[in-house]
Amino acid sequence: MTQPALVSTGQTLPLSEGMPGVVADWSSDQRAFKNVPWGKAMMWIFLLSDTFIFSSFLISYMTVRMSATEPWPNPSEVFALTLFGKSIPLILIAIMTFVLISSSGTMAMAVKFGYEKNRKMTFILLLITAALGATFVGMQAFEWTKLILDEGIRPWGNPLGAAQFGSVFFMITGFHGTHVSIGVIFLIIVAIKVIRGDLDHQRPGFMTGRKGNYEMVEIMGLYWHFVDLVWVFIFAVFYLW
Amino acid sequence: MAHAEVQQHDAHGQRHAHVEGQQHPIGIYLKIWGLLFILSGMSYAVDYFHFQGYLRWFLIIVFMLLKAGLIVAVFMHMMWERLALMYAILVPTLLLMVLLGIGALEADYTFFTRGVFFVKGLL
Repeated sequence: MTQPALVSTGQTLPLSEGMPGVVADWSSDQRAFKNVPWGKAMMWIFLLSDTFIFSSFLISYMTVRMSATEPWPNPSEVFALTLFGKSIPLILIAIMTFVLISSSGTMAMAVKFGYEKNRKMTFILLLITAALGATFVGMQAFEWTKLILDEGIRPWGNPLGAAQFGSVFFMITGFHGTHVSIGVIFLIIVAIKVIRGDLDHQRPGFMTGRKGNYEMVEIMGLYWHFVDLVWVFIFAVFYLW
Repeated sequence: MAHAEVQQHDAHGQRHAHVEGQQHPIGIYLKIWGLLFILSGMSYAVDYFHFQGYLRWFLIIVFMLLKAGLIVAVFMHMMWERLALMYAILVPTLLLMVLLGIGALEADYTFFTRGVFFVKGLL
């Protein structure tokens, strides 16, 4: 089973699969990542570096929590909300998780409609994704407000137990929230490009001379799914531990 | 610019001719979306029903890895990429397990020394 390479010279070269394919790709001329636009390969490499940043945060959180001698505040109780007169554990974080997963679903569909050149559907789905992302950031702002004002949690200490809880919480969720916010801004920019037809007419962007194309939507999608991916790990190790 | 047609398999193993990019039927995204909802609900249930100990850890990590795998494989299209790209991204990520191990060892040691030198009544 061979895949022909995407080459603009009009020739199709057979590519080998499996391990011989890995060796052939990496030892080949010009580019190692075949059948992938350069921007997508670069986004993957950026995401790899971001993976290392978030992993460093989460691993240092683990180290700090395992070595804390004071009791760690119980996230299940700290993040509980009282709804309809009943205290439900961790409910805010669960809703935030579902919101972010839904935004990932709409993003994946936006990429699909983008490659079909369905401008209207791509635009709508990108805006829904951005709206869900903004909802997530809003809920996070609510959570921070509640923790700072009502619970008295500070980066240097808190009344519930180990002082490290506050510093780790604000650093990790703050960094993640920043990623979501930047993603929302870029989602809106890409959505405007789509509905104006910039990608259909290959107009260059404001920071680049390169021509617009629908691969941009997929590259945007990679970033957005990564933000969701990081939340999966934060949800599991920070809130459920 | 004339792109050569690329033959790729979709989720059902059918051959589709593409002009460019990753195109897959919408059904697979909806299914994965549903699965992610179920898995998230189950991880929340672990906390809601107060599972403790090794069972809690096992369930949390299994659901976490399943969710991460589904997002990377399907939403980020990794399962349809060539092996050269997969290895370039996934192998360095797996090396982080070494840092995880070092962190755990260091944390145990710090906890031990804190217990010896700082906890009142021990010395």
